Amino acid sequence: MLRSILATILVLLLSVVTSQAQTEMADTMRSNGKIYVVVVVLATIFAGIFTYLVVLDRKIGRMEKENRN
Amino acid sequence: MRQWWWKILCGVLVLFTVVAGFMMPVPRLDILNETIRNLYFHVPMWFTMIVLFTAAFVYSIKYLRSGKLEDDIYASTLTSTGILFSILGMLTGMEWGKYTWGAAWSNDPKQLCTAILMLIYFAYGILRSGMRDEEKRAKISAVYNVFAFAMIVPLLFVLPRMVDSLHPGNGGNPAFAKYDLDSDMRMVFWPANAGWIMLGSWIASLNIRLALLKHKSENDL
Repeated sequence: MLRSILATILVLLLSVVTSQAQTEMADTMRSNGKIYVVVVVLATIFAGIFTYLVVLDRKIGRMEKENRN
Repeated sequence: MRQWWWKILCGVLVLFTVVAGFMMPVPRLDILNETIRNLYFHVPMWFTMIVLFTAAFVYSIKYLRSGKLEDDIYASTLTSTGILFSILGMLTGMEWGKYTWGAAWSNDPKQLCTAILMLIYFAYGILRSGMRDEEKRAKISAVYNVFAFAMIVPLLFVLPRMVDSLHPGNGGNPAFAKYDLDSDMRMVFWPANAGWIMLGSWIASLNIRLALLKHKSENDL
């Protein structure tokens, strides 16, 4: 389940990146001194940390369940 | 603490901070320039640290009253998570200071006091690792933690304000007054603090659950 979600996110991200590359200079990602690129990078890092914490939380939850039984 | 809603809220708030922290307009100030945006990322580290240390203090008191080892696990884990955020706060502050104050370390009173506070909390970890007996370790470190927490007030809130400091909100000025005037910044600053405090609590809660599991499995043997 989780792996398929991650794969979907990756494909979506890649399609966004490639579609940006084909267009002209004037799109949003290249405006404002490319600051949006920094925003995307930081958002990606945070999304990764968030996903990691969710996975860890569920793993510990499973361990607690096993421990109770 | 096991519910999901506040973890999702935490994710939304921090993501909002990352996006709005770069996009929202900020006051144009000399020297600071765009680095004023660091306020959204550097300060929440300290807010989170203080919240985690406060929670650790509460659990240390609780341990001294109840004598339950679980309370000691809460206190020590919350402290170590708080130390993580203090290191992040110190590093981000030094990076920020390098390009605005001219040096990563400028012996600013608040920098010095925070460094002393961090050493006090590092000593807590060393104190704990030096004792094998669980009861003894729990009791001594709980008493130590009460004193360590009591040092936060003079070191972070009193002493830096009595002398001139490079930090805003010191040398007699109330904190954030300069920025409080700017409602745009307030709109990002407070959600940022709330989000990071929740993120720190989440990390601490995961660590606590893991430590409790370990404690339980050791006792079952």
